[in-house]
Amino acid sequence: MTATTELKNIINEENVVYKKTSVLLDNEMHYCPGCTHGVIHKAIAEVIDDMDIQEKTIGVSPVGCSVLAYNYLDIDWQQAAHGRAPALATATSRLMPEKYVFTYQGDGDLASIGCAEIMHACNRGESIVVFFVNNAIYGMTGGQMAPTTLEGQVTATSPYGRDCQTTGFPMRISEMLAMLPGTRFVTRESAETPGAVRKLKKAIRKGFENTRENKGISFIEIVGTCSSGWKLSPVKSNEWMKENMFPYYPLGTLKDE
Amino acid sequence: MGDIRLMKGNEVIAEAAIRCGCDGYFGYPITPQSEVMETLMIRRPELETGMVVVQAESEVAAINMVYGGASCGKKVMTSSSSPGISLKAEGITYLAGAELPALIVNVVRGGPGLGTIQPAQSDYFQAVKGGGHGDYKLIVLAPASVQEMNDFVELSFDLAFKYLNPALILTDGVIGQMMEKVELSEFKPRWTEEEIIAKSGTWATTGKTADRERNISTSLDLDSAKQEIFNHKLQAKYRAMQENEVRFEKINCDDADYLFVAYGSSARICQKAIEIARKKGIKVGLLRPITLFPYPIKQIQEMLGQVKGILSVEMSAGQMVEDVRLAVNGKVPVEHYGRYGGIIPTPDEVVEALEQNFLGE
Ligand SMILES: Cc1ncc(C[n+]2csc(CCOP(=O)(O)OP(=O)(O)O)c2C)c(N)n1
Ligand code: SF4
Ligand SMILES: [Mg+2]
Repeated sequence: MTATTELKNIINEENVVYKKTSVLLDNEMHYCPGCTHGVIHKAIAEVIDDMDIQEKTIGVSPVGCSVLAYNYLDIDWQQAAHGRAPALATATSRLMPEKYVFTYQGDGDLASIGCAEIMHACNRGESIVVFFVNNAIYGMTGGQMAPTTLEGQVTATSPYGRDCQTTGFPMRISEMLAMLPGTRFVTRESAETPGAVRKLKKAIRKGFENTRENKGISFIEIVGTCSSGWKLSPVKSNEWMKENMFPYYPLGTLKDE
Repeated sequence: MGDIRLMKGNEVIAEAAIRCGCDGYFGYPITPQSEVMETLMIRRPELETGMVVVQAESEVAAINMVYGGASCGKKVMTSSSSPGISLKAEGITYLAGAELPALIVNVVRGGPGLGTIQPAQSDYFQAVKGGGHGDYKLIVLAPASVQEMNDFVELSFDLAFKYLNPALILTDGVIGQMMEKVELSEFKPRWTEEEIIAKSGTWATTGKTADRERNISTSLDLDSAKQEIFNHKLQAKYRAMQENEVRFEKINCDDADYLFVAYGSSARICQKAIEIARKKGIKVGLLRPITLFPYPIKQIQEMLGQVKGILSVEMSAGQMVEDVRLAVNGKVPVEHYGRYGGIIPTPDEVVEALEQNFLGE
């Protein structure tokens, strides 16, 4: 037997233990190697597939590295202005309450320019899911300081390290939003190991399921890396994240009602 | 006879929205147009037609809610007044860039800055020349009566969906606040999901079904070559609007030696000024642009062989007059008369301005 016929014999239905979900498109991703965005996209796509809600899911993409998320998930998408995704999702879910609506936003998008929109969408308890990708930096524009940038962290606009006396303090957005009665499920996850991704997928499913009951918004923060912005290799980035991000942004569920 | 009422312009906007099958209104309070949302909140259309009404946290959020709703193929709208429209400028250019239909109402007040809550027409440039960034145009309708406030809501939605472009009703505190007799439109049901898919299924984000590609509502294309092609498409659309959608009214023009050009409440003032002037033996007429974009360029040009002078009358320091001058192209003297900062000109002042400019008095 040649190697190819051997392979053909192996590839048949009953031997399949894992298959890429068709909700994730084959388009080549523009993300840097090691970027967390790609892993999160895949997790969301798999949950949409598992729940069989592809035809009913509307995504709202932000301005940030994930602006082109619509090239990767095979669902209908709206591309929002910087920070405004929760406003689009508010109208979409109110006008089409039978749909599953989510926003996907970075920390610059959500925690800086879009602070008012996310705060009020949470306060109104919109029936949507929010994915908040916290990589402590503005990835897309070349690594400037974000509201979530850690004290002392070097970025393009804090070249001597973030000075909290003049630039304010890293914002723990999930903790703030969990205080609002409109939030139902607030959790902080990560995606650097298979175990973390499994936990993340559970949270994603819970978020989507929650939207059926009109009992408030589901807010899922994912602490991630930005190797390019942090100027570290993907492996080093994960180490830096665990050492520096996790202590300040502790993982775990803050609210589940 | 239809349903005839005595109503405020702002209230009529709300009533007309419900009656034409509008799906959603998203707003933020600001004088002199807060009655639009207040009327909707009292009327509770969610119980009657299922229309959604949301008081947003800001004008920025409101216009982006409109973007979300419009992306779903729904008939959605917002209203505001000048400072609020400046905040909406971001969302408006995104709507134009994503080719989304929507209605925006600007009940203009005096500016700049926080200005005054009194009526003005000083947002003409913002409405017809852009306001936000990029080469885009809005379909701009200028009602001159409470009746037109009613009629233009449905017309705006029709045009917005015909061209997949946002439409703007540019009115002012006079028309918004005044009470007049109005014949309200018949009730029309909101579109069903099937109707939306039949009408807008090629672009509306209603959920990707197996029988079609995913729909994406976006104004982004990082490839400059494609972005230029897209801009060509937009420009062709604006030319088609110029070709097909110009609306105007001519009053006392047949024998006119002079011409007022004025829209909205200024046009109402000019009508009175015409009566006064004609009693004095001055034959003056009025050309009232109803669409400010597309502008009645040809209709002004058709008057050039006949009239000796044109007075553009606006409650601004002189904005629309630039479009009159572009149309006239130096063939006839064009002057501007305006009061601003919230002051409304009197008909006598307008006649005086006509005399001073063209009759050597
Ligand atoms: C109104 C506006 N201001 C600024 C920008 C430039 N801009 C694009 S992305 C971005 C920051 C994105 O950072 P983040 O949300 O953290 O996303 P990331 O790229 O890190 O995933 C900025 C400031 C813009 N596109 N629009
Ligand atoms: S710049 Fe950062 S966030 Fe953007 S793709 Fe690269 S690693 Fe990811
Ligand atoms: Mg970021």
